[in-house]
Amino acid sequence: MDIVYTIWLRNMKRYLRSKSRIVGSLGMPLFFLLVLGFGLNSVVRIPGAGQGYMGFIVPGIVSMSVLFTSVFSGIQIIWDKQFGFLKETLVAPVRRMEIMFGQTLGGATTAFIQGFIILALSLFMGLNVTSVPGFLVASVFMVLIGLSFTAFGIAIASKMEDMHGFQLIMNFVIFPIFGLSGALFPIDSLPSWLKSLTLLDPLTYGVEGIRYGLSGTSQVNPFFGFVVLAGFTVFMLVVGAALFRKINV
Amino acid sequence: MNNMVAISVENLTKKFNGFVAVDNISFSITRGEIFGLLGPNGAGKTTTISMLSTLLRPTSGSALVNGFELTKKDDDIRKSIGIVFQDQSLDEELTAYENMDFHGRLYRIPKTVRQQKIVELLKLVELEEKKNDIVKTFSGGMRRRLEIARGLLHEPKVLFLDEPTLGLDPQTRNHIWEYIENLNKEKGITIILTTHYMDEADRLCDRVAIMDKGKLIASETPEKLKEEIGGDVITITSSEREELYAKLKTLSWVKHVEPHDGFLTINLHNAEKHVAEIANLSATNGIEIDSISIRKPTLEDVFLHFTGRTIREGEASSKDHMRMMHRSFRRR
Repeated sequence: MDIVYTIWLRNMKRYLRSKSRIVGSLGMPLFFLLVLGFGLNSVVRIPGAGQGYMGFIVPGIVSMSVLFTSVFSGIQIIWDKQFGFLKETLVAPVRRMEIMFGQTLGGATTAFIQGFIILALSLFMGLNVTSVPGFLVASVFMVLIGLSFTAFGIAIASKMEDMHGFQLIMNFVIFPIFGLSGALFPIDSLPSWLKSLTLLDPLTYGVEGIRYGLSGTSQVNPFFGFVVLAGFTVFMLVVGAALFRKINV
Repeated sequence: MNNMVAISVENLTKKFNGFVAVDNISFSITRGEIFGLLGPNGAGKTTTISMLSTLLRPTSGSALVNGFELTKKDDDIRKSIGIVFQDQSLDEELTAYENMDFHGRLYRIPKTVRQQKIVELLKLVELEEKKNDIVKTFSGGMRRRLEIARGLLHEPKVLFLDEPTLGLDPQTRNHIWEYIENLNKEKGITIILTTHYMDEADRLCDRVAIMDKGKLIASETPEKLKEEIGGDVITITSSEREELYAKLKTLSWVKHVEPHDGFLTINLHNAEKHVAEIANLSATNGIEIDSISIRKPTLEDVFLHFTGRTIREGEASSKDHMRMMHRSFRRR
């Protein structure tokens, strides 16, 4: 366990030290929130959403922040591979699983912090949170997204040799996952084929869980969503650990 | 188990998709010695070290590292060895102290011992003042010193150094050589280093094993290796090498004569006494000589003798190009 802590600690140190990266990565979610929120607030009417379009998309934007930060943290293993640091951990008398878990927890923590910052900023912009327990519920879903997608990033990174495939992954895997998650539009109003795709996306359950926590309503049953997302998290942890075990430097 | 043997290797082989990087090598390393693996790039030295440090699984063969069997007791091996890789393996965004601390935690060194040892080792490599500086700001030599300090933190019995002075300026190289010698003398650490630098192997190693194309060619003290090839070396450049070669082969005091790209080398004893004879021989037979030089043998000559190529020629050959490409592809 202390090994997991050590790896986690390294992750945190690196994160807290890179102030420009923290601010920079808040840019995109904020941009979406402001542009889409203010832009479409007066035009879009979402049935059941009490706080207008802006309030509707906050869970989605928070998820976006958590998603991208966690995938990026997971993929960071490639940097370590390329720049040699991974060798230092692989040649130490520790189990590979401990390294992987430490990295996953580190990624999930930083992703949660990023999401929380977005949440805090949206509070400033007038969003109301229903209750403290609701906020905790939202946090749980944020953590699950963080864990599962950091593990996802690690799994991909374990198979990649360098950063060339990174662009491909971001554009053809991560963006679609975000796009199809019901973050920006109500699921019920979709054509049925698109709706089914959305329900296949694990992030959807995360977004809806956060939405439930923050506003008390959601388009998907939150308990069901929790089960699905938790299951996905466990699955990704197992796959990520297995692939990480097989890395050769 | 023989306490005098730090590492013993038997028929160790590594294949990558049919390409044989390390070909059935066997050798043993005595406790407390500085042992060198010498050879051109692509010879298989780094692959050998990678296997012995448990990073890479051998295709076949076995090894005992500090008494522990490779692939069966890997964790015990890892606790008892330190390694400084050829490519940097520091975290550039952390400080020198943090890099050391991370390593100490990975090797489960208790906190007070850890803190004390970190300061002690940073002092040893003269980086104590920089302990809170971010590694990104360090020069190549400083980074290498930090990696050596880090590799020693858990008090390994054996330290692997993969090309320890690669890319460093002469002054830094000298300093690092001094550290290595001190480590060995004062702390009794067994050191295995890989290098393609003759001077490094000559200066540091108690024994040298020469590797080429995956095979182990010779393994002896540098002195014995040089003696074995016949003492002094005369190098002659001449456009009429073949005729000279034919004439020289017949002489009794010539231990060995070898033609190369543009020159001949002659291994013999007491070169000074025989230079005049060579000059006369050529004059009598009308063979024109451009230059003659006498040298005491170096490990380069030893390598030349055993493989028919100089280390630089060795790197230029096409098969080795393939080997190097393969290696860099694999490394990415």
